[in-house]
Amino acid sequence: MIAIPHGLAEIGYLVASGCFIVGLKRLGSPATAVSGNRLSAWGMAIAVVITLLEGSILTWWQIGVGLAVGSGIGLWQARTVKMTGMPQMVALLNGFGGLSSLLVGGAEFLKAELAGEVIPTETGIVIQLSLLIGAVTFTGSLIAWAKLQEVMTGKAITFPLQKVVNALFFLGIVGLAAYQVMTPDAHLVPFYAVIGLALVLGVLLVIPIGGADMPVVIALLNSYSGVAAAMTGFVINNHVLIISGALVGSSGIILSQIMCKAMNRSLANVLFGAFGAGGTGAGAKSAAGLTVRSVSAEDAAIQLAYAQSVIVVPGYGLAVAQAQHVVRELAELIEKNGGEVKYAIHPVAGRMPGHMNVLLAEANIPYDRLYDMDEINPSFESCDVALVIGANDVVNPAARTDTASPIYGMPILDVDKARSIIVMKRGMSAGFAGIENELFYDAKTAMLFGDAKASLTKLVTEIKAL
Amino acid sequence: MSEGIMIGIVIFTLATFLGIELIGRVPPTLHTPLMSGSNAVSGITVVGALVVAGGGYGWISTVFGIGAVIFAMMNVVGGYAVTNRMLQMFRKDEGAK
Repeated sequence: MIAIPHGLAEIGYLVASGCFIVGLKRLGSPATAVSGNRLSAWGMAIAVVITLLEGSILTWWQIGVGLAVGSGIGLWQARTVKMTGMPQMVALLNGFGGLSSLLVGGAEFLKAELAGEVIPTETGIVIQLSLLIGAVTFTGSLIAWAKLQEVMTGKAITFPLQKVVNALFFLGIVGLAAYQVMTPDAHLVPFYAVIGLALVLGVLLVIPIGGADMPVVIALLNSYSGVAAAMTGFVINNHVLIISGALVGSSGIILSQIMCKAMNRSLANVLFGAFGAGGTGAGAKSAAGLTVRSVSAEDAAIQLAYAQSVIVVPGYGLAVAQAQHVVRELAELIEKNGGEVKYAIHPVAGRMPGHMNVLLAEANIPYDRLYDMDEINPSFESCDVALVIGANDVVNPAARTDTASPIYGMPILDVDKARSIIVMKRGMSAGFAGIENELFYDAKTAMLFGDAKASLTKLVTEIKAL
Repeated sequence: MSEGIMIGIVIFTLATFLGIELIGRVPPTLHTPLMSGSNAVSGITVVGALVVAGGGYGWISTVFGIGAVIFAMMNVVGGYAVTNRMLQMFRKDEGAK
């Protein structure tokens, strides 16, 4: 087998890093994103080929099987996953990234240890870090997946002295890892113990976080998987791993911060606050003495058909009802009647950052009709009808006005400023956080009760009949 | 501290800053593809996996390495393919109505 010289390989890795960087940059606009993703994939292909050519690969057929099996499973997952299941898929992918870092770090360690080599201190440290971060990412992601997939409870799981237990686990890992690094000829027990404890720590860190906070957790685990890859890069002294790991690490951190801001909470509060474990919206105003105005599909249809400007506010309830296509149909009818339709997307409208945009894009709704919270909020005042479908907390004016409300301070869509409001909702149940929504009792608000998809279909039929 | 590690730390720090600059400019509408796409990039551990799997360092390294190759490739291929699938759905409003 030909082996290419080390210098040439370094240049090849540099080219791959360049592809990742330019690819990420091109992800900055929907027009260039497809080509950016391809470029990034080419970078990966270059890196893999270079590694195969440079390394003195001895076990070709095993490698071939590994590459083929992994690619096959990955491709199958990517083809079959539903767009609503995207958060679960990303959670799993994060986990696999973490696991492969863990395995590479472990293999490097065992290789040296079994050959009787002395591992230099700093290599020892980065090996332990890639074990720790890789293991936490792996099991943490599996728990996040299980919560999103609803195979385990989405509620926060808490027990007494939880933080103390977690801290003890962490200290135990650090202690064992330090012992392993300091005593190069130690047995393998501390090595396996570090892996075992870190795997448990990953579980412990994610179970106290409620299902509603999973978007933040996934973004954060995405970051961890990048940092784990970077640590592996330190272990095998390969710069392309360090560069791409750092890029992914920063991306995950930024996304989790954006999500936290959208919920008006700090990252620490999400990770350690066990939100949702407490009572149901203590201190929030109760709805006693207020009445709601219910509207028929016929009347709502007339209102929408003659509206000049309509802003649709989709919530996750829309996606659950699989009603995105009917929304597009309705929007097209309104446009045919001369109205204008925009979509207002709150950052936490879906189950992960940007999720709602993907769900609407899947239903062929053009992306230039989708507006972020900050872009759209000034437009509500001049909007004839705001159509709220399956959204609740993100349109609750209590976030602006009621200091006692648990969601006070959270940035919301200013739906209450619209000239009229139609809220499509199954019933009068409270939102995720169990908080009453004043918007539903507003004089301008009409409630259209029922299943979102059924109601939308009815609206479409009614408007067609006008 | 060895020079290799030091250079690594410098590269890591600079790449983090670069990442923050790049990601900060991605619009919210593309955040999901960004996550799945960057996920694929973190599958770069496949490079490390190939080295340990193929080097013939004894069966235990090979087993760990092959496992790592499989999981990293799931990450790489799954990540890029699903990102591509999502991005294909994004379309602009066609012309005037």
